[in-house]
Amino acid sequence: MSAAVTVLLFAAAREAYGRGRLTLQHRDGLTAAAVWERLVRERPALDAYTKSVSVARNRQFVPREVELAPGDELAFLPPVSGG
Amino acid sequence: MSGAVKAFRLTRDPLDEAAVAAGLAGAADGAVVVFSGVVRGQNLGRSVLHLEYEAYEPMVLPVFERIAGAVREQFGVSAVRIHHRIGRVGTGEASVVVVVASGHRRAAFDAARHAMDEVKRIAPIWKREFFEGGDVWVEGPKEPVTE
Repeated sequence: MSAAVTVLLFAAAREAYGRGRLTLQHRDGLTAAAVWERLVRERPALDAYTKSVSVARNRQFVPREVELAPGDELAFLPPVSGG
Repeated sequence: MSGAVKAFRLTRDPLDEAAVAAGLAGAADGAVVVFSGVVRGQNLGRSVLHLEYEAYEPMVLPVFERIAGAVREQFGVSAVRIHHRIGRVGTGEASVVVVVASGHRRAAFDAARHAMDEVKRIAPIWKREFFEGGDVWVEGPKEPVTE
């Protein structure tokens, strides 16, 4: 089991952060919200999406308070615009 | 061959509404509704040149499957197909096709509309609009999806 968490960002959030993929060390109690706060500290432009971003854990929508497990794929999805 | 038409698909190739609908109606169905979402040449006063779609690809098909399952249950329709473009899509081209087969027309219309609304609400797909004078990410519902 990998001790890392893979983080993906898409569309405008990817551009605001500057890249679409990174890996973070997992620690007990790590939440999606905590990962997002860390990304916003690195790139304050991302804060524009703090209220609207959706979170997917292993390709399923979850509340951002969800705790992550080692090996998880975490994705931050800005407001979608398919169709 | 209708047997080869996938229920859910993300593709870089042009969409053919008739091909997406082919063979969907079974013996008990009396209605097939085909919805095509087409790229407008004008949007918010801008002259659109083309759209560029990006997707969280491995999540899109499971989301389409979830949407189809929910509308089958809610509206009692017999079958649903959802095909969506990715990459560059020109004005006048279909970016999405939703097809619903049902015993009767009302359920088919309602299910197709609801399925399409759900695609726009939760499918992890984004479009960038290229227009005369610039380009912009189009952003849909601002309410986060949590389940």
